[in-house]
Amino acid sequence: MALVELKDIRKSFMLGSEELEILHGVNLSVEKGEFVAMMGPSGSGKSTTMNILGCLDRPTSGTYLLDGKDVSDLSSDELAEIRNSMIGFVFQGFNLLQKTSAAENVELPLLYAGVPKDERHERAKQVLIDMGLGDRIYHEPTQLSGGQQQRVAIARGIVNRAPILMADEPTGNLDSKTSDEIMALFTELNDKEGITIILVTHEPDVAAYAKRILHFRDGVITSDEINSRRPKI
Amino acid sequence: MISTQEITRTAVRALRRNKTRSMLTALGIIIGVAAVIAAFAVGSGANKSIDEQISSFGSNFIMVFPDRSASSTSTTQRYLTYDDAKAIGREVSGIDAVAPMVNTSATLIYGNTNWSTSVTGSTQEFSNVQEWELASGRDINASDVRQGTKVAVIGGTVSEKMFMGENPLGKSIRINKIPFTVVGVFEKKGQSQMGNDQDDFVLVPLTAAQKRLVRWHTAGRIGNIYIKGISMNALNYVQNETEALLRERHKIKPGEADDFAVRNVTQMLEARRKTTTIMSMLLGSIAVISLVVGGIGIMNIMLVSVTERTREIGIRMAVGAKAMDIRTQFLIEAMFLSMIGGAIGIVLGVVAGYALSSFTSAPPIFTASSILLAFVFSALVGVGFGYYPAWKASLLNPIDALKYE
Repeated sequence: MALVELKDIRKSFMLGSEELEILHGVNLSVEKGEFVAMMGPSGSGKSTTMNILGCLDRPTSGTYLLDGKDVSDLSSDELAEIRNSMIGFVFQGFNLLQKTSAAENVELPLLYAGVPKDERHERAKQVLIDMGLGDRIYHEPTQLSGGQQQRVAIARGIVNRAPILMADEPTGNLDSKTSDEIMALFTELNDKEGITIILVTHEPDVAAYAKRILHFRDGVITSDEINSRRPKI
Repeated sequence: MISTQEITRTAVRALRRNKTRSMLTALGIIIGVAAVIAAFAVGSGANKSIDEQISSFGSNFIMVFPDRSASSTSTTQRYLTYDDAKAIGREVSGIDAVAPMVNTSATLIYGNTNWSTSVTGSTQEFSNVQEWELASGRDINASDVRQGTKVAVIGGTVSEKMFMGENPLGKSIRINKIPFTVVGVFEKKGQSQMGNDQDDFVLVPLTAAQKRLVRWHTAGRIGNIYIKGISMNALNYVQNETEALLRERHKIKPGEADDFAVRNVTQMLEARRKTTTIMSMLLGSIAVISLVVGGIGIMNIMLVSVTERTREIGIRMAVGAKAMDIRTQFLIEAMFLSMIGGAIGIVLGVVAGYALSSFTSAPPIFTASSILLAFVFSALVGVGFGYYPAWKASLLNPIDALKYE
């Protein structure tokens, strides 16, 4: 059974009185432990697909099976629960809470999972140490470099042991050296922890880290291939 | 939904991140609660002091004084006389005692000591009507009044200030340069509820005051008359009879206005209590309005805060916060602001209550219930005005919220 399965997913938005279909039937199956990059020009539907995959949005029609469970028609609160337990997010702009320590940012998913305070803090600390941020635990985002902030965001994404990590242009705000470090980190999480990674990017260099690359154009997947040229880490 | 305790902690942390704004937001509530507390404390303080005056005066007590404002014809005399008082005592039944009074202020001199005080000229009935006890010596008596003897019974304060431990009995003091012999000292009553020193006065025979001190040109003229009824029930009768008698004595024709006024002291105090109640209701309603305005301030800031923190809300939702979690967080933030505001407001209100009471000269009364009420009310304001922003925050779509710049 696939971890993620999209069947004929369509998504329309109302643009004034006109209905505009962005996704014209996306079919996709991702197994546990895959590392998938979604590429395509802006407006191609990759971000919309990503939002649906991440349970941030619901498809207009079609079926989305996550871990065998149909999540296409769940309520906002049920989706929130799924996001909390199944999916970690990493964004281009890091999206950390300002004036809040790295540890507290990482604790956030655990807070909403109902993990007790002490355990929450312990786990957040441990993940930050694993990310090489052992000396930045109580720093606030403004005191951290872009690469460090993104590591905090990744730590937040994996702290609740979610099986899927979704990354939307995770290196978009980083220089190339830091980008490579972050991508190496993703690769490591994928290899060692078996975390399924789905990332959206328009940079071929970044997509090159993935095991599988999807191309989107005009709301459909136009190519789906195994990446044979992964960089050595 | 996660535990309220956790959300509270989150909310407090969010407020601490923006201390200045939080304080300014709470300011509206602080002022509102302080105003409510102060207004009610001053109001109930004033009411209590009136209650105590009613009971200290005794409730069967009537005052007659001239009413010069009355548009009476020239045939009326427009003042009271000693004969009026005597007539009342003689002809009106239901009366225990009648004290005609003349009040003036004077400078007392004894040796090198000067003391300004008020001087009351009255009869032997005075201490009965006003319920004064003697500490030493004797009261003025009927023959003093008849002959206009220059004797004086002094209040406790006057005794202390003028004689400083010396025995005042038999000593001669000069009241406005006229020598009087001190024959008695009154027992102290202490401060009145209005904060006046009741013991700072001198009693002299009415006739002596008329002749030596006030020197009115009209013989027998007095200031006012105090009447003590035999009971509370007799007062209405006494009042009506007194009015009729005085109209007759003053030759006021039917249809003409009285040139005097008869006041049941209880009625007067009740009237004043009504005024005080209206005043404190007025103050209270202004205070409640400011509390509501403070609540609107909270709503305003919370709405701004929801917009400003859209991204934060998006992040929280993305990592698993449910609508209810977000709503509760913002609601608790609003409640916390108003409750902290309420707590500070209570302290400020107590201070303001004491400050204000220096104008009303009645100590303010802070009851636990009024403080609790203000506090609960401020929390309710927080919930009431925090709900809309909180609800708005919880409706945000996580995707849009995350994209928000």
